[in-house]
Amino acid sequence: MSETFDYSVVDGILTEHGISETAIIAILQSIQEEYHYIPKEVFPYLSEKLKVSEARIFSVATFYENFSLEPKGKYIIKVCDGTACHVRKSIPIIERLRKELGLSGTKPTTDDLMFTVETVSCLGACGLAPVITVNDKVYAEMTPDKASELIKQLREGNADD
Amino acid sequence: MCNGDEGDPGAFMDRSIMEGDPHRMLEGMIIAGIACGASEGYIYVRAEYPLAVSRLKKAIEQAKEYGLLGENILGSGFSFNIHINRGAGAFVCGEGSALTASIEGKRGMPRVKPPRTVEQGLFDMPTVLNNVETFANVPLIIRNGACWYKSIGTEKSPGTKAFALTGNIENTGLIEVPMGTTLRDVIFDIGGGMRGGADFKAVQIGGPSGGCLSKKDLDLPLDFDSLKKAGAMIGSGGLVVMDNNTCMVEVARFFMNFTQNESCGKCVPCREGTKRMLEVLERIVEGNGQDGDIELLLELADTISATALCGLGKAAAFPVVSTIKNFREEYEAHIYDKKCPTGNCQKLKNIIIDASLCKGCSKCARSCPVGAITGKVKEPFVIDQSKCIKCGACIETCAFHAILEG
Ligand SMILES: Cc1cc2nc3c(=O)[nH]c(=O)nc-3n(C[C@H](O)[C@H](O)[C@H](O)COP(=O)(O)O)c2cc1C
Ligand code: SF4
Ligand code: FES
Repeated sequence: MSETFDYSVVDGILTEHGISETAIIAILQSIQEEYHYIPKEVFPYLSEKLKVSEARIFSVATFYENFSLEPKGKYIIKVCDGTACHVRKSIPIIERLRKELGLSGTKPTTDDLMFTVETVSCLGACGLAPVITVNDKVYAEMTPDKASELIKQLREGNADD
Repeated sequence: MCNGDEGDPGAFMDRSIMEGDPHRMLEGMIIAGIACGASEGYIYVRAEYPLAVSRLKKAIEQAKEYGLLGENILGSGFSFNIHINRGAGAFVCGEGSALTASIEGKRGMPRVKPPRTVEQGLFDMPTVLNNVETFANVPLIIRNGACWYKSIGTEKSPGTKAFALTGNIENTGLIEVPMGTTLRDVIFDIGGGMRGGADFKAVQIGGPSGGCLSKKDLDLPLDFDSLKKAGAMIGSGGLVVMDNNTCMVEVARFFMNFTQNESCGKCVPCREGTKRMLEVLERIVEGNGQDGDIELLLELADTISATALCGLGKAAAFPVVSTIKNFREEYEAHIYDKKCPTGNCQKLKNIIIDASLCKGCSKCARSCPVGAITGKVKEPFVIDQSKCIKCGACIETCAFHAILEG
C-alpha cells in the first residue's frame, strides 16, 4: 500500500456503493470520476477491502474501454466515429485535432496533461453528426476548421483562469 | 433485466425513451415483474448516457414516493425494486449473458448457452431480458388490449417500431412507423430524401452487424420476415442512409474494424477471424487487394458465422457479405483496377497538379515527405505517381488550389 496516497477518497466511494464484489464496476467508475483515471495504488487496497484478488479487479479494469490506467488530460475530447458520424466525415476531424495537438492513436494525451483525444463509437447524438464532446459537452456538426477553432478557444480560456 | 446498452452506433431510440418517458419503461418492468414473479429489476444503461441515468433515478424516486415501487406496492402484497447499472464501454455487454456478467461485476464476456438466461441468468436465477423499447410498449398494450396493438403493422410483425434515421439524409432524427412501412417511404417521404440532392446508394440497417440494402430493396416493407429474406435485420432499428459518394468497401472495412475492436476475445473464430477479415479489407482499400480476396472474405465469413460463440461473432461478417452481394463490382474495381469508383479511398487516389493553375512556387515540393514533386521554379511542377504516397500534404500547402485529387 502506498504511504502517500490518500485512501479516504476511496473509503468514501466504498461506503457509497457498499463493500461487495458485484459493485466493482461502479466503484471503479466513481474512482475514475474522481481522478480521471484509475491510479495503480487502488488495486491492492480494493483487493483487501473487497476480499477478492487483485487480478480479478485488474481484469475488470482492463476489459472495459472506459477505464484508463493512464492519467488523462484536463480536456478530454471524444470524437465520434460511429456509423452516422463516419459517413458524415469524422475522420478529417480526428486527423486535424491530432495534428493540432501533436497526438496520435497511440499517444492520446499531450505531455502537459491538457488534452486527451479519443475516438468513440457513437455518442447517441447521431442526428447532429459529426459530433465531438469536450468533457461531455456536445459540439454538433463539426468540421476540421471548427475543431481547430475550439482548441484555440480552450487554450485561451485556459490562459484566463 | 432491461437492456439499455444501446451499443449500435447510429441508434438512439432507447436513449430517447429513457430520457423522455422513463415512467413508461418502469411501468413495463413492474408489469413484467408481476407476470414472471420477479421482485428485483435491473436496468443496464450504457456509459455514454449520463442524462438517461439521472432521469431514470429521478423517475424511480418518484415512483417510490407514489408507492408504485418498493415493498407491498399499492397494498397488493407485490414488492418490486429497480436498480440501475452503468455500462463501462463494452459493446458486447448488450449480449444477454455478457450483460449478466457485467451486472455481477465481472468482465462482460458471453458464455456458452444453454443454460439460457431465462433458465439461469443474473446471480444464477431465472431472468427475463428485454430491450427498453419492448418494456415501454407493455403498458400501452395492457391498457388498450392486444387486439389494438395487432391492428397496427403487419400480420406477422404487429405494432410499431422506432427507427433512428441518420446519415446523408435531409431529415435526421427518430421516427416511429407501423411495421411494414417501406424503406422508400421512410427515406424519401419522412426522411425528405438525400442531402444536397445526391443519389441514394445504400442503407445500413440493424447496427454494425446488420446488412446494407441497396436501391433494389427500396420497396421492401420493414418487417421481420421481409428483411430476413433480404439478408438484413431490423435489430436495434438504426438506419444509416448513404449516398452515392460512399465507398461500400470502405464501409465494410469500417464495420469490421468496429466488430474486431469490440470482440471480447473469448472464442477463436471471432477473435482471429475478424482480424483476418479486417486485414483483407484494409489491403483492398489500400490498393493491395489480390485475386481471390473476395472468395477468401466469403469463406472466412462462413466459418466465423457458423462457429462463433455469441451473436457478435456470428453476425460480424454480415456487412461484408451483404456489400459483396449488392456491390461486388466496387470490390472488383478496388482489387483489379486499383480504383475506388467513388474516390473515397485515399490510397487509390491520384494526386495531380493542374499545370494551368500552378505558379511554380515550389512550396508543394518542399512539403512532400517523399520527394515525389519536382519542377523548375516559375514553371508548373509535376508529381511522380510511383513515388507519391497520397498523403495530401501538398494539397494543403498549395496557395493557388492547383493540386487536385482525381
Ligand atoms: C453483441 C450483441 C449486442 C447486443 N446489444 C444490444 C443492445 O445494445 N441493446 C439491446 O436491447 N439488445 C442488444 N442485444 C440483444 C440482446 O441480447 C437481447 O436479445 C435483447 O435485449 C432482447 O430484447 P427484446 O427481445 O425485448 O428485443 C445484443 C446482442 C448481441 C449478440
Ligand atoms: S463471438 Fe466474439 S464477442 Fe462473442 S464470445 Fe466469441 S469472441 Fe466474444
Ligand atoms: S454515430 Fe456519432 S453520435 Fe451516433
